[in-house]
Amino acid sequence: MPQSESTAAMFAITLATLHPGDTATIVSIHAEEALHQRLLALGFRGGKRVELIRKAIFSGPIQVRIGTTDILLRRSEAAKITVKKA
Amino acid sequence: MKRIALLGMPNTGKSTLFNRMTGGAARVGNWPGITVELLSGKILLGDNMVEIIDLPGFYDLHGFSDDEQVVRHFLHDNVPDLALVILNATQIERQMSLLLQLKQLDMNVVVLLNMADEAKKYGITIDSRKMAEMLGMPIFILSGKYGTGYQEAMQAVTRALRYPTPGMAEELRSQLEQDEHIEAEMARVMQHAVQVPAQLPDNLTAKLDRVMLHPWLGLPIFFGIMYLLFQGIFILGQPLQTGVGGALGWLRATALEPAFSVLPPMLNGLLLDGIYNGVATVAAFVPIIVLFFLFMAMVEDSGYLSRAAFLMDALMARMGLDGRGFVMLLMGFGCNVPALMGTRVMRSRTLRLLTMLVIPFSLCSARLQVFVFITAALFAPKTAPLVLFSLYLFSFATAILTALLFRRRFPAEEPFVLELPPYRFPTLRQMALRGWLEVQHFLRRATKFIVAGVVLVWLLTHIPFSAVPAGPDTLAGMIGGALQPMFAPIGINEQLTIALIFGFVAKEIVIGSLAVIYGLSGEALGSALGQQLDWVQAYSFMLFTLIYTPCLSAIATMQNEAKQPGYTALVIGWSLTLAWLISFAFYQGARALGY
Repeated sequence: MPQSESTAAMFAITLATLHPGDTATIVSIHAEEALHQRLLALGFRGGKRVELIRKAIFSGPIQVRIGTTDILLRRSEAAKITVKKA
Repeated sequence: MKRIALLGMPNTGKSTLFNRMTGGAARVGNWPGITVELLSGKILLGDNMVEIIDLPGFYDLHGFSDDEQVVRHFLHDNVPDLALVILNATQIERQMSLLLQLKQLDMNVVVLLNMADEAKKYGITIDSRKMAEMLGMPIFILSGKYGTGYQEAMQAVTRALRYPTPGMAEELRSQLEQDEHIEAEMARVMQHAVQVPAQLPDNLTAKLDRVMLHPWLGLPIFFGIMYLLFQGIFILGQPLQTGVGGALGWLRATALEPAFSVLPPMLNGLLLDGIYNGVATVAAFVPIIVLFFLFMAMVEDSGYLSRAAFLMDALMARMGLDGRGFVMLLMGFGCNVPALMGTRVMRSRTLRLLTMLVIPFSLCSARLQVFVFITAALFAPKTAPLVLFSLYLFSFATAILTALLFRRRFPAEEPFVLELPPYRFPTLRQMALRGWLEVQHFLRRATKFIVAGVVLVWLLTHIPFSAVPAGPDTLAGMIGGALQPMFAPIGINEQLTIALIFGFVAKEIVIGSLAVIYGLSGEALGSALGQQLDWVQAYSFMLFTLIYTPCLSAIATMQNEAKQPGYTALVIGWSLTLAWLISFAFYQGARALGY
C-alpha cells in the first residue's frame, strides 16, 4: 500500500482526468469499502487496463471500458481511481 | 418440495430465464429472514414439483448493497437444494469471481453460461467441458433469449436435484476471505478454458452510441424518443380504453342491472355504483398499463435506459437524484404507478425513497383529463393550451422543489456506478411475459384498494339514505362544509371540495363526481362551472388537483414498495401541504393584483 501511495502521488493522474480515447493502467483505488467492493466486482483492479470512451456534458458521468465491459461512473468516483497513462 | 435459487450478477438474463422456466406463472412471496418480496414459481421437473426463486442480481457476496444483503440472508436462512448460477458469457472474465465465491459455500451448483449468442458475436469461445472439469461443477452454455441449450441445461438441473445439497457453512464471511485463492483459480480457468479476443470488434453498439450519446445531440434524441413513446402509448391505448369501458358498461346494462334488480336498492346501489363502477374504472386503465409495460420492457431490455441515465445524470445529481430518477419521472407522465414500480432498478433504498417522493408530481394522464375538461370550459381556445403548458411547468417545478427540500433527509449513499449493457433487441415473447407479470401485479394490488376506496366514497355520499345522494346533507356534504374554512382561502367551494375528496381514490373520478354533484354532464356541466367559477378559482382548483395527494393506487404501490407507513404518511402530508400553499399563494396573489 505505501508503495502504491507514493506512485499515486508521483503521477497524480486519476481516471477522472483522462480524455476520451486515452488508455491507462489502474494503479490503485482509494474508495470506501462499499464502493471499493463494487468496483472490484466490476473488474477494477490494480494493473488492469482501462479506456476512457466518453464524458457526458455538464461534468456528467464518464464511460470507461475494462475488458469487454463498459461502465458508467461519476467523475467524483472516477477521481478515487489512480491510473498511469499508457 | 425442492427449492432452486437463481443467482447471478445484474444483466445476466436471470429474469428472462426465470420467465422461461416458469412460463410466467410466478407469484410474489415473503421468505424468512428477509424483508423484501421475491418472485417465485412452481414447476414440474422430472417427477417433482420444484420451487424456483428469482433472487436480485448481485456482484459480490461481500457486498454492502441492499440486494447483496437480501441474497446473503436468503441463502443463510433458506439454503436451497440447488443454486442455479447464471453468468453472462460475454463477461466471463470478471463474472467468474462470483462463481468461485459461491463454490466455496459448498452448495449443489449448476452453472449456466448465458447469452451464448452474444459471446459468439464477440468472438469469445468457452470450452464448457474443460471448465466443468476444472471447477468440478456442471456447466452449460445456453441462450436464454432464444432457448438454445435450454433443454440440456434443464435435464442437468433435474439430475442435480436428485442429490441432497451438502449444506452451507455457517460462517459465510470468514470462509469468503480467501480472495487470493479465488484470483489464482480464476486465472487458471480463464487460461485453459476461455478465449477472449484482444480487441472488441467495432460493433453496432459503438456506432449507435456515437450518435445516441453524442455530447450535444444525445439529449434531443432522447427527448424525441420519449415523446414518440408516449404518443404511441396513448394513440394505441385510447381506443382500447374506450373499448374496455364500453364493454364493461354494456355488461352492466344488459346483465348486472337486470340480475341485481331483485336486491334491495341500497345493496343494489352499493354493488353496482360502488364496487362494480370502481373496479370498472381500474379495468379501463388496464390497456394503457399493458401498453406502458410492453413499451417500457422494450426500452429497458434494449439497454437505452442506462444511456438516458448517462445523459441526464449531471442535472439530476444536483437535486440529490440520479439519471435513472429522471427516466422514472418521465414514465410518471403516463401513469405514476408503473413509474413508482420502476424505481426498483435503484439499489440504494434512500435514493428510491427520494425518487418515489418526487414521482407523484408528474402530471399523469388522469390529471390531464381533469385539466382538459376545465380549461376547455373556462378559458378561450387560444389561451387553453398555454394554461395546460403552465401546469406542466408547475409539475416539473414542484418535483424539483421537493427533491431539493428532501435531498438531505434521504441522502443517497449509493455511488453512481452502472454497467452499460450493449444494445439488444428484445424478443416479443420476452416483452409479453414481462408486461403480463407486471399487469397481474398491478391488478392484484389496485383492486383491493380501489374497492375499499369506492365503497367508502359511495357510503359517504349516500349516508344518511334519506338525503339526496351527494347532496349537502350527506356525510360527504357535511365534510365538504366542515372543510370550507380550509378551502375558502384558496377559492375552492363546497362542491369542488367534495370532488377533491373523490379524487383521492382516482383523479379520473373528479369530473364524474362533479357531474353527480351538479346533476349535469358534458357541456352542460362545463357551462355551469363557467358561470359559477372565475378563472382564478378554476386555476387554483387545477393547481390543487395537480399537487395534492397521489391517487389510491399510487399510494398503495408506494406503501408496497417502501413498506413504511411513516413514509407513506409523509408523501400524503407533504403533497397536501404543498398543494395548499401553492394554491393559497396563487389565489391570494391573483386577488391582491385585482383579478
